[in-house]
Amino acid sequence: MAQSPTKSAPGPLEYLRRWPLRLWLTAVLVYLYAPLISLMVFSFNKSRATIVWRGFTLDWYGKAFTDSDLVIAFANSLTIAAVSTIVSTVLGALTALLLWRFRFPLKTIFEGALGLPIVVPEICMGVAMLVFFTQVMPWPTNLAWPLNLGAIIISHISFSFSFVAIVVRGRLASFNRELEEAAKDLGAGEWRVFWDVLVPHMAPGLLAGALLAFTLSLDDFVITFFTSGPDTTTFPILVYSMVRFSPTPEVNAASTILIVLTVGLTAFALWISGGDVVRAEAGD
Amino acid sequence: MDESWEKAKAVFATLGVAPVAWLVGFFLLPLAIIWGYSFGENSSLTEISVNGTLSNYVHAIKPLYLGIILKSFWFAALTTVLCLIVGFPVAIAITFASPRTKGWLLMLIMLPFWTNLLIRTYALMAVLRTEGYVNTGLGVVWSALSHLLALFGHPLGPFHPLDLLYNNFAVVFGLVYVQLPFMVLPLYAALDRLDRSLIEASLDLGAGQLTTFRRVVVPLAIPGIISGALVTLIPSIGAYLTPDLLGGPSSLMIANVIERQFKTANDWPFGAALSFLLMYMTFLAIAVQAIVTRNRTRRRG
Repeated sequence: MAQSPTKSAPGPLEYLRRWPLRLWLTAVLVYLYAPLISLMVFSFNKSRATIVWRGFTLDWYGKAFTDSDLVIAFANSLTIAAVSTIVSTVLGALTALLLWRFRFPLKTIFEGALGLPIVVPEICMGVAMLVFFTQVMPWPTNLAWPLNLGAIIISHISFSFSFVAIVVRGRLASFNRELEEAAKDLGAGEWRVFWDVLVPHMAPGLLAGALLAFTLSLDDFVITFFTSGPDTTTFPILVYSMVRFSPTPEVNAASTILIVLTVGLTAFALWISGGDVVRAEAGD
Repeated sequence: MDESWEKAKAVFATLGVAPVAWLVGFFLLPLAIIWGYSFGENSSLTEISVNGTLSNYVHAIKPLYLGIILKSFWFAALTTVLCLIVGFPVAIAITFASPRTKGWLLMLIMLPFWTNLLIRTYALMAVLRTEGYVNTGLGVVWSALSHLLALFGHPLGPFHPLDLLYNNFAVVFGLVYVQLPFMVLPLYAALDRLDRSLIEASLDLGAGQLTTFRRVVVPLAIPGIISGALVTLIPSIGAYLTPDLLGGPSSLMIANVIERQFKTANDWPFGAALSFLLMYMTFLAIAVQAIVTRNRTRRRG
């Protein structure tokens, strides 16, 4: 199918060179990007109005960085994401190894239950966590930071680690088991095989899974909305109340910071994993 | 190649205990409690007695709530169809692009879906507001047209901005905006696996591009269409933020009603019943997809 691009009429399968499709693609990309780009552009706007351009300023960024609520919320979000990522990656890796290596009773049921956090609507999981943390395991409200974030961290781990397990399991599928057998023949024990053979092979999957867990946690609004209290505001929760009650370009500035951060991390994850993250996210 | 767990019990336990405990304790148990509550009622301000009543479910299918459930489903279905229409040509464009362009296009489609949902919804609000981009743009066109027509003595009169935000239109617009990448990726995955010589054969044998599209490309892309529809439909039915921020008083979806039961109305048992109805709808969608896919593969032997 190597059609050499020529200046002549497009070949039968060179759909991208036909103008209706180009127009359509351009329109869709404008639809996807114009709102986001204008949001970022207007974070540099001199006026409070979020749509009329009055000149360039960095004031809103200055305001965002000195807004203590915003800084605390941002620190909370990063802390939650970091802890949740570490635990989810460990749990996800253990799950992936378990499913990859063993045949055991109720395996299908376990796999099904593992898929639940991915398919259950966020709102259902949110209210379940709310009830759990008020009735069954009330999380003390007077704990010192960062322990007061425990309830949020636990719920984030619950919805992240299945995603990690899928990414890591996908990576393990390409493992050549003869390597494991060779290592065992040469006298390596379980532990040695795990560290010196399996972990190096899993590494790209682990990294991709970890970055996925990190962005999932940083992005989550609905589940956090039901598990956070007045002292445990996260970045999305604070931005939500700003959007609702006082949408100023400060929101745009804060959003721009988060967009740059998540897009940067994602680009890194894609580059490392060669697409594992995307396939996992698309539920494939 | 699977090894029986009995052969290496210690390893099996080391790997299994933590994930199973977490999944049961911090996921299945909370869901089970909600499930129990859905068969209970408020016995005092803070107490809920689970007594096996079905009254919450009966309450949920009263016209008011049934209407909201149906509307959620209808919004989600409409979103899915619109995403399919908008996304299919995009998936085709990506599939048949050169490898280099393909990588860039995939990246461009994916990037927004890595951006915070809340931020994307906020960005849309600036587009749709009364004094937002769409209305400002239309206003400029309108006044230019009005000046032009004034030359002939028929000015158009003042411009009345369109109500684009805080209504059902805005909710579906926002859902399509948010879900589009979820549709394009599975479609692309299916189209990319498709044997191109079939398209070439169809074209060589005299079928036009449109006939080929309708009779060759679409049928072969069915698995992608089904999985794309599923990953678009499920999050749309349970959408919370989009109707909350973009919708008006009449565009409440089921997730918003659930949130109110837990946060303001303080009727947890009813909220629990609604949550489980939403979950059953989700499972139903997944089951339908599984059955359709299985039947298709069986038919092909």
